[in-house]
Amino acid sequence: MCLAIPGKVLSIDEKDPLLRKARVEFGGAVREISLAYVPEAEVGDYVLVHVGFAINKIDEEEANEVFEYLRRMEELSELESGESR
Amino acid sequence: MKFVDEYRDPEAARGYAEALAKLVARPWTIMEICGGQTHAIVKFGVDALLPEQVTLVHGPGCPVCVTPVELIEKALNIAAIPNVIFCSFGDMLRVPAGSRDLFSVKSEGGDVRIVYSPMDALKIALENPGREVVFFAVGFETTAPANAMAAYQARRQGIANFSMLVSHVLVPPAMEVILSSPSNRVQGFLAAGHVCTVMGYSEYEAISRKYNVPVVVTGFEPLDILQGIHMVVLQLEEGRAEVENQYSRAVQREGNTAAQKLIREVFRVVPRKWRGVGEIANSGLGLVDEYSAFDAERKFGLEEHRVEESPDCISGLVLQGVKKPAECPAFAGACTPEHPLGATMVSNEGACAAYYRYRRFDSEGSAGIRSGANTDER
Repeated sequence: MCLAIPGKVLSIDEKDPLLRKARVEFGGAVREISLAYVPEAEVGDYVLVHVGFAINKIDEEEANEVFEYLRRMEELSELESGESR
Repeated sequence: MKFVDEYRDPEAARGYAEALAKLVARPWTIMEICGGQTHAIVKFGVDALLPEQVTLVHGPGCPVCVTPVELIEKALNIAAIPNVIFCSFGDMLRVPAGSRDLFSVKSEGGDVRIVYSPMDALKIALENPGREVVFFAVGFETTAPANAMAAYQARRQGIANFSMLVSHVLVPPAMEVILSSPSNRVQGFLAAGHVCTVMGYSEYEAISRKYNVPVVVTGFEPLDILQGIHMVVLQLEEGRAEVENQYSRAVQREGNTAAQKLIREVFRVVPRKWRGVGEIANSGLGLVDEYSAFDAERKFGLEEHRVEESPDCISGLVLQGVKKPAECPAFAGACTPEHPLGATMVSNEGACAAYYRYRRFDSEGSAGIRSGANTDER
């Protein structure tokens, strides 16, 4: 139920700020969604969409953290096994 | 799909499995709150990658599952009224109350429609001024901004033939119920990422301190979940209990403040009954007085309708992480997704339905799953 899907903003309809809408692409499929809660989103941004509403932008700088964390853990582990030798 | 596929990389998942195996020294029990995470864990076999000391139990975070029977009955009663168009997310249609569900009302001639968004229901109300349009507003904090906007726009535009049957639930009070139970076995939490996208995670800091329990805000893809588990286990092994954020690409500490503002405008915190658990103080959202004209329970005179729940099903214990699905005598026998007895078998995100769908009947039945995985998982 709390599923939210990342999609790319293709275009924005600016009229009423509370009814601000965007066309968003999800892996080929395009849907019109509301940007009422993510007014800072711009064309080209990725937004996280739940039941027709963007609830946040995807922070592209943070997107690699899951791989960076693993790399840090692996380095730490190599360091520790080196020390114990 | 960008921001989805890369988080399913098997090599990185194996890397996480190895890192966890090196890290863990003692047995730990961790609960993922959200049904979306439960579904991903069982679907991708994340639990089979874990060292045997780490046990995952599945939390109450499926709004379809925890919606109380009396609210389902109210939905059935309203949907059967001839002039009503009853709109709902698709996953509520098969939720049983007694021997009936919304599908059976539809087959008896009720105008029950599946919508993608509450705004679609509002549009149907605008297009059908002579009919009463009721939206079944179910969900956790993630869905509250959308439902709040539907109510806000209905009031702003004076759409008097629109109303909502509200069954909103909140995560933090349910976590406190689990943690303060004498039978609690949960030592760390994966908090629900998208709930925190909306609400932020400062609420969990008090819970983490009070119960000395690590809480890691976690995403929904396999690598997110593996990293979240690693972060919880690291805290447990180091004797820390803090709130950390694994899902930083989608969650900030303060959450979505624009959404929170509209939620506060439309909803207030109320006590709420959870199916299988009972009433929890301050655990739901209801419409504020200014929006009472859009309250379907009031509009259709159903406020006093009360129903006692059947004691036959252990879904309440499953929802609280005390029991696993296969520990229920009815699981996969009398209770299947086609004929669910209880909440957790109804929705795809319910723990019992996920176990049934991915064939977790017992250790032999779990094809493709590593046999050394925790037998308690079955």
